[in-house]
Amino acid sequence: MSGAPLLELRELNVAFGGLKVIDGLDLHVNEHEVVSLIGPNGAGKTTVFNLITGVFAPDSGDILLDGKSLVGLSPHKITQRGVARTFQTLRLFLNMSVKENVMSGLYGRTRSTILEQMLQLPRARREEREIDGYAQQRLAFFGERLMGYRWNQPAYSLSYANRRRLEIARATATRPRILLLDEPAAGMNPVETHEITELIGKLRDEGGYTILLIEHDMHVVEGISDRVVALDHGVKIAEGSFETVATDPRVVEAYLGTSATARK
Amino acid sequence: MSAEAPTPGPPAGPQIGVDEWVRRSGERIGGPGGLLAPVVRVAGKTPQILLLAVFVAGAALIPFLTSNGYIIGVAADTMLYVLLAVGLNVAVGWAGLLDLGYIAFYGFAAYLYAALSAGHLPDGTVLLARWATWQTVPVVIAATVVLGFLLALPSRRLRGDYLAIVTLFFLEIFNNFTTNGSQWNWLGFSGTTHNVTGGASGLIQTDPWRVFGHHLNDARDYLWVALAGFTVIVLALAFVNRSRTGRAWRALRDDPLAAELMGMPVKWLSLLAIAVGAGIAGFAGAINGAYYQGVFPQTYSFQLLITVYAMVILGGAGSLGGVVFGAVVVNVMLEALTHPADARWVFYAGLILGLVAKIRPWRLLGALLAGLVAFGVVVNEIARAVWPRGVGGPLATGQNTFSQHGFLAGALHHWLLLPAHTYTDSNFRIGNYAFVLLVALVLALTATHGWRRWALLVPTIWGAAFVWENVLIEQNPTTRPLFLGVILIVLMATRPAGLFGTNRVEIV
Repeated sequence: MSGAPLLELRELNVAFGGLKVIDGLDLHVNEHEVVSLIGPNGAGKTTVFNLITGVFAPDSGDILLDGKSLVGLSPHKITQRGVARTFQTLRLFLNMSVKENVMSGLYGRTRSTILEQMLQLPRARREEREIDGYAQQRLAFFGERLMGYRWNQPAYSLSYANRRRLEIARATATRPRILLLDEPAAGMNPVETHEITELIGKLRDEGGYTILLIEHDMHVVEGISDRVVALDHGVKIAEGSFETVATDPRVVEAYLGTSATARK
Repeated sequence: MSAEAPTPGPPAGPQIGVDEWVRRSGERIGGPGGLLAPVVRVAGKTPQILLLAVFVAGAALIPFLTSNGYIIGVAADTMLYVLLAVGLNVAVGWAGLLDLGYIAFYGFAAYLYAALSAGHLPDGTVLLARWATWQTVPVVIAATVVLGFLLALPSRRLRGDYLAIVTLFFLEIFNNFTTNGSQWNWLGFSGTTHNVTGGASGLIQTDPWRVFGHHLNDARDYLWVALAGFTVIVLALAFVNRSRTGRAWRALRDDPLAAELMGMPVKWLSLLAIAVGAGIAGFAGAINGAYYQGVFPQTYSFQLLITVYAMVILGGAGSLGGVVFGAVVVNVMLEALTHPADARWVFYAGLILGLVAKIRPWRLLGALLAGLVAFGVVVNEIARAVWPRGVGGPLATGQNTFSQHGFLAGALHHWLLLPAHTYTDSNFRIGNYAFVLLVALVLALTATHGWRRWALLVPTIWGAAFVWENVLIEQNPTTRPLFLGVILIVLMATRPAGLFGTNRVEIV
C-alpha cells in the first residue's frame, strides 16, 4: 500500500519510573489493514494502546492519525478524532442496557446541548432518532446474537462472549477510523475464537475498518493479519507477514527463551 | 440430567442457558419480595407520566381536602424536600458523584434570595436590595448554577471519597461564612467589620413571592409554586435522562475510564451534573427564603444534608419516582416523630411492618408475635403483683401532656411496664438503665444464632418498646436520626438499591 499511513507511531518512548516500557517504537498501520501486535506478557502491547488512546502520555515521540498528532489530547478527543478501542479486561457499562451501551458510544458524534434535551427541541429529537437507528444497525452487524429482546437487557446479563461482541459494537459506534482490539479472543473457547476471527475479517471487509489488534492466540493472528509486529520489552523485534515473524529467531527467543533457540 | 435418561421431552419451565431462560432473567431479578412487591410492581407498570400526574394532582388538592394549616405546612415542607432530593439525585443517583456540598447550594440560593428580596439584618436595615420576584428567582437559579460549576471545577478530577471530602469542605465553609458573616472584614482588606449575612440570627422579613400580581402568603401558595416547579423540573430531567447526556452520566457512573475512552468528556459531564443539581437546589432555596420569611444559618446544616441523602437512598438513587417517594416518606415520618402521639403509631407500625416483611415463614412470624404478646403480658402481671407502681403510668402525648386512654394506651397498659413516676420524678432513671441494657441485648442478638436468637429477639423487641415509651418518645432530636439510621440499616440488609432503585452489578 502506498500513501501516508492512517496511524503512525514515531520513536515512541515511555517509562514508568525507571522501567522503560516502550523503547523507541516505530509502528504504522495503513488504511484497511489488519495489523497484529504480538509479544509475551509484559512486552508493552496494552501500553501501546493506552498511549494511542491518551490514557498515558509518551515521554517522547509522536503519534499521528492521518498526519495529525494525537499527543496531549484528552482521551475523549482522541476517540472523537477516530480512534476506538476495546479492553483486555472488559469494561462495559454493566448496568446499562445492551442498546444503551452502543448508544453511549455515539456521544462524541452528537451535538445537542442539555437545554435542547430538556426542551426536546428538534435537534435533540432528531439526534436521538439517529442514535437509536445507528445503534440498531451496529448491533445487527453481529447477527442474531445481540438482537431483539437482548437490546433492553442489562449488559451484565450477557454471556462472556457476547460481552466481547458488545464491546466491539460499542467501539464501532464511535465511528472510528481505526479500531484497537485488545485480545478479543481472550477467554473464549475454540468455536467462539473462530467466530471472533471471522468477525474481525468481516469488520475489515464489510465494515471497512482499519484494525490494530493485540492477540495471544496465534490461530487468530494467522487467520486475519495483513502484517504482524512483535514486541518484547517495549522494543519492536520483528515485523512482516505472519510466517516471517513467527519464524524469526528473536520472536521464538522472546516467547520460549534462549535455550530453546539453541536446541533448534 | 443423566446420560441414560430415555430422551426426555422438552421440560415445561425455562432451562438454564437456553435463550428463553435468558429472556426471562428480568423476571427473576429486580422486584423486591415481601409487602412492597405489589406497590413496586404496579408503579413499574404504570406509565411514568400518569404517576407524575397523579402525584401532582393529589398534592395540589391537599389544601382543598383539609383546612388544617399544619398539614398544609407539612405538605409544603415535603415538596421542598422532594425538590432537594430530585436535585441531589442528578449528581448522586445518575452521575454517581458523591456530592456532600449539595446543601450549600440550597443555602446559597436562600441567602441570595433574601439579600435581593429585602432581607433585613437584625438591626432593621435592609441588607442589599429589593427586587421583584420575576427578577430575583431567575437570578438566584442562574447564580446557583454558576456556583455549582465553580465549586465543581477544582474537584472535577475527583471521584468517590475524595470528592465527598472536598465537597463537604465547601459546605463547612458556607456554614462558617453565614454564621460568622456578621463580622466580615473582607478577608482582611477592610479595617472594620461589616455584617453581610446577619450572622447567627440570619436575615429576616424577606419579601414573599409575587406571581402575576398576587403575593404568596401561606403554605398553600408555596406548595403550589413548588409543585409547578417540580412538574417542569421532573419533565425536563426525564427528557435529559433518556438523551445523550443522561446516558453519558449513567455511563460515567458505571465506569468513568471507559466513558472517557468512548468519547464522553467525563470532567465536563461531572461539572454539568453538579451544576444541574445545584440549579434545582437553587429553585428550592428561592422558595425556602420566601416561605419562612427569612434565612437562618442553622437550617443549611450537615443534618439536612444527611436527611436528603437518606431520602435519595431510601427511594433508590437513580430513580426519579423513587427519590420523590423517599422524600415524602422520610419527611412525613420525621414530622410524625416530633409529636409523641403520632410517633407512637409510627413506632409500632414500623415494628410490625418490619417483622412482617422480614420474617418467614408465616408460622415463625405467628409464633414470634404470640411470644411477644405472651412475654409482655406475663411481665406485666408479675410486675402488677410485686411492684404495683411499675404499671399503669401515663403515656406521653407531647408537650408535657399525658394520656391513659385510647385503644393503644389500653393495650400498652397490659403489655409494657409504664412506671408511674417516669415523667414526674427527674431522679427516676429506669429508662436510661433500660437503654443500656437494650444496647447489650442487641449486641447479644448479633452474636447468637439459631433458637437462642429467636428466644432473645422477644425480650429485645419488648425492651425496645419499653425504652421507647419511657425515654425516647419524648426526645425527638435523638429519635429522628435514630429512626433514620435503623431504617437505612434494614434497607441495606433487605434492598440495598433502595425501594425503587434497580439492583446494580459492580463486578461480574
